[in-house]
Amino acid sequence: MEEHRDDLASKTGMWLFLFTEMLLFGGLFIVYSVYRYINADAFHLAAHELSVPIGTINTIILLISSATIAMSITAIQKENKKLSLLLLTITVLLGLTFLVNKYFEWGHHIKEGIYPGSSALSLRGHGDVLFYGLYYFMTGLHALHIIIGLIFIGFIARMIIHDKITSDNHVLLENSGLYWHLVDLIWIFLFPLFYLIT
Amino acid sequence: MEHDKGHIIPYRTLLFVVTGLIMLTLISVAVTKIHLGTLTVFTALLIAAIKSAFVLMIFMHLKFETRFFKIMVLAVIAVIGVVIFITLLDYLYR
Repeated sequence: MEEHRDDLASKTGMWLFLFTEMLLFGGLFIVYSVYRYINADAFHLAAHELSVPIGTINTIILLISSATIAMSITAIQKENKKLSLLLLTITVLLGLTFLVNKYFEWGHHIKEGIYPGSSALSLRGHGDVLFYGLYYFMTGLHALHIIIGLIFIGFIARMIIHDKITSDNHVLLENSGLYWHLVDLIWIFLFPLFYLIT
Repeated sequence: MEHDKGHIIPYRTLLFVVTGLIMLTLISVAVTKIHLGTLTVFTALLIAAIKSAFVLMIFMHLKFETRFFKIMVLAVIAVIGVVIFITLLDYLYR
């Protein structure tokens, strides 16, 4: 049967979707910069309570996972199906590790009574409320993207197992990679803006 | 219709890039220990920008795509940049 496919259109569509994602987070970064400008001191003090080591480790985890999914594309192009699947598995495991770290991080703050709407937080003033509001919302939205990315990669891995994605038909794997890299890209900015303000 | 295998990025390049990205992350953490005043924000964002350039160009394959993709990505980044700039102008000089 004649195959009807347009890889360039598929990739263009994925990029257009990524642009809407970039504008979504871009808007949040604008909110962040304005609130930080108005409440500079409160933002600095509040940021000291975030754990820089955990943030750094999570950054490195995401960077490595981006590299492994990029390598899995190289592997499928070189017709190494097993290696491609192995690299995707590593990507998923790294993504899960990121989420587990995030769980402990959030858990630590929540245990201390610092979460949106808590009485302990509202006692600390407007700047802290804004900082933690943005922290929970932006890292939460980012974590949601990680979860969606992991499900996406899971489907792609299944398609590789069933030979639906092969060395000459791998645009879907590339698109899942693009999505995962975007999630990495957003974290590259979230990390210094929330963890590294001194 | 396009059915080509496309450009293959060697494993070595990807390993090289990820090592660079990790080193830049560690540098950005180390820089916060030095008190540079307002320059701290600037350096943090500069390093983040360099890192994202590597992710976009190599990991996201933009370097090997047609000019069409590059222009689109630059346009979106420019839109976000301009809106942040105008918003901050408003708040700084109101």
